[in-house]
Amino acid sequence: MTELVFALAVGILTGSGVWLLLRPRTFQVIIGLSLLSYAVNLFIFGMGRLRVGAPPVLENAEAIDPSLYADPLPQALVLTAIVISFAMTALFLVVLLASRGLTGTDHVDGREDPQ
Amino acid sequence: MTGLADHLIIVPILLPLVSAAVMLLLDERRRGLKGIIGLATTTALLIVAVVLLRQADLMGMTSAVTTYQLGNWPAPFGIVLVLDRLSALMLVLTGVLGIAALLYSLARWHRAGPRFHTIFQLQLMGLNGAFLTGDLFNLFVFFEVLLAASYGLVLHGAGSARVRAGLAYIAINLTGSFLFLIGVSLAYGATGTLNMADLAQRIPTLAPQDAALVAAAAAILGTAFLMKAGAWPLNFWLPTTYAAAAAPAAALFAIMSKLGVYVILRLWTLAFGPGAGALAGFGGEWLLFTGMLTIAFGTIGVLASQSLPRLAGCSVLVSSGTLIAAIGTGGGTVIGSALFYLVSSTLGIAALFMLVELVERMRDPGADVLAVTMEAYNESNEDDPGEEIGVAIPATIAILGGSFIACALLLAGLPPLAGFIGKFGIMAALLQTDGSSVQASAWILIGLLTVSGLATLIAMTRTGISSFWARIDDSVPRVRVIEMTPVVCLLLLCLGLTVGGGPAMRYMEATTKALQAPQDYVTGVLGAPRVGSADGGPRP
Repeated sequence: MTELVFALAVGILTGSGVWLLLRPRTFQVIIGLSLLSYAVNLFIFGMGRLRVGAPPVLENAEAIDPSLYADPLPQALVLTAIVISFAMTALFLVVLLASRGLTGTDHVDGREDPQ
Repeated sequence: MTGLADHLIIVPILLPLVSAAVMLLLDERRRGLKGIIGLATTTALLIVAVVLLRQADLMGMTSAVTTYQLGNWPAPFGIVLVLDRLSALMLVLTGVLGIAALLYSLARWHRAGPRFHTIFQLQLMGLNGAFLTGDLFNLFVFFEVLLAASYGLVLHGAGSARVRAGLAYIAINLTGSFLFLIGVSLAYGATGTLNMADLAQRIPTLAPQDAALVAAAAAILGTAFLMKAGAWPLNFWLPTTYAAAAAPAAALFAIMSKLGVYVILRLWTLAFGPGAGALAGFGGEWLLFTGMLTIAFGTIGVLASQSLPRLAGCSVLVSSGTLIAAIGTGGGTVIGSALFYLVSSTLGIAALFMLVELVERMRDPGADVLAVTMEAYNESNEDDPGEEIGVAIPATIAILGGSFIACALLLAGLPPLAGFIGKFGIMAALLQTDGSSVQASAWILIGLLTVSGLATLIAMTRTGISSFWARIDDSVPRVRVIEMTPVVCLLLLCLGLTVGGGPAMRYMEATTKALQAPQDYVTGVLGAPRVGSADGGPRP
């Protein structure tokens, strides 16, 4: 059940993200990119297999059964990915505002479609 | 494995980082000092890269790779930096382009916006790191470093055209980064490792359902890298962005699109070589056909270009396409010649981007975007960049024209410059099939290479005539020695590649041999002992 909900969540986020990414307004693009980044982060997390209640950190260095623990690596990766995508979204936001200021429109091409 | 010389591998990453951090502390008005620091750093980077190249070449006789274990954790548990002939070659190429672009920018471009020198060094850091790393996720991190820096460089100088191109550039690269992440995590989920050598070792022994996942991961990763390399149909952003970027930034970007080609070459030969079991040669045909379509698209783009910067951007596509197709054929000597072509075409395109900006000054002197931004940054009354500093070259037009001809010869692949050797080598290797008949795809590729060379020549001649001959009444552009020097030096370097073609080709062939024996890479990386341990075993 968890897997199904998880997969649906990733799928819906990706679908909405891609749709928004292809829209003509810069604000829609940035929201699309954000949604995509959430989907990707969840996906990375899922690649470490879904476990409930399993700690990712070993308590001591003695011989232990690794199957009792969650994989810590994807969690570390996802942290890095979150930081990077957050920073890039912030940067994109600045460029978006600069584009709005310079071209006077929020269309991604910098000019409105001829109606 | 003791002594300072072993730490030389990490210098190309640390040095620009430290230099960028120091320059961030300096006041923005002290551009002269920043320029000196930047120049010193890039010079040191080039020297280190050349030393590493020699080291990799000498070491190559005995062991395939030199590794550097960060934090002294052995691979595959820790992150390693791996130096072999291919990465050393790319480091030297980055160093050369870095120093050329920086010299060029010192004439005027580094005054066109804030923190140019810091961003420039970070870009070099990202490039060097991506060439050196032996870990997939670390590669992603370095990719992001260089992309973040490249966003800054694309927008350097501001102006509506740059911001518009930058917006598309950032959006497509963010999407590419997401694909990269999906591919990396999928590969991790299927194989349980992120170390490239370990990945190559595990792929032949995978269960069928995991092998399918790895194939999907490789396809997704491949898409991300092909996007970076500018493969059709994911390359519509490239000519626009490169044409809009400031000349020194565009020159540096010439190596950035080669980074995508490098990663494909590295990962593909490593993971899907002949020893990869069920997945051997996975995606080779895709690479070949994508490459050929890219050449075709680039050729049409070159012919259709109305302006010089766009023409230069389209020739990046032709060069990338040639390389991707050559890798896709997978033949032994093809890759060696392709590497030679990579070096010569990267140098040629970088020189062209810088040259184009100088030639464009002839067209609308004073009306360029730079003047506007200079004013915005209150620079106009500081000194007129054209008059006070440096020497105005006599016979400017002659030198510009001569360099333009050299660029045209180089990109079209005509003798006597190095572009010819690379292209000729690729064609000769394609026809060399040990008795069996030449494949149809090889004939098509040869045809495309010839046509693309011809088209480049026609387009360059056409624009050359309209810029140099038909506009005699235009004012002679003010070009300074410091701007012309890097262009001429890059072209002379290409000439040097022709003269010293023998040793260079031998190096490329040794590189190819090492690439085609991924087992040596794997054992070299995974078998490297930890520093200070006699047995090289894991930490107790």
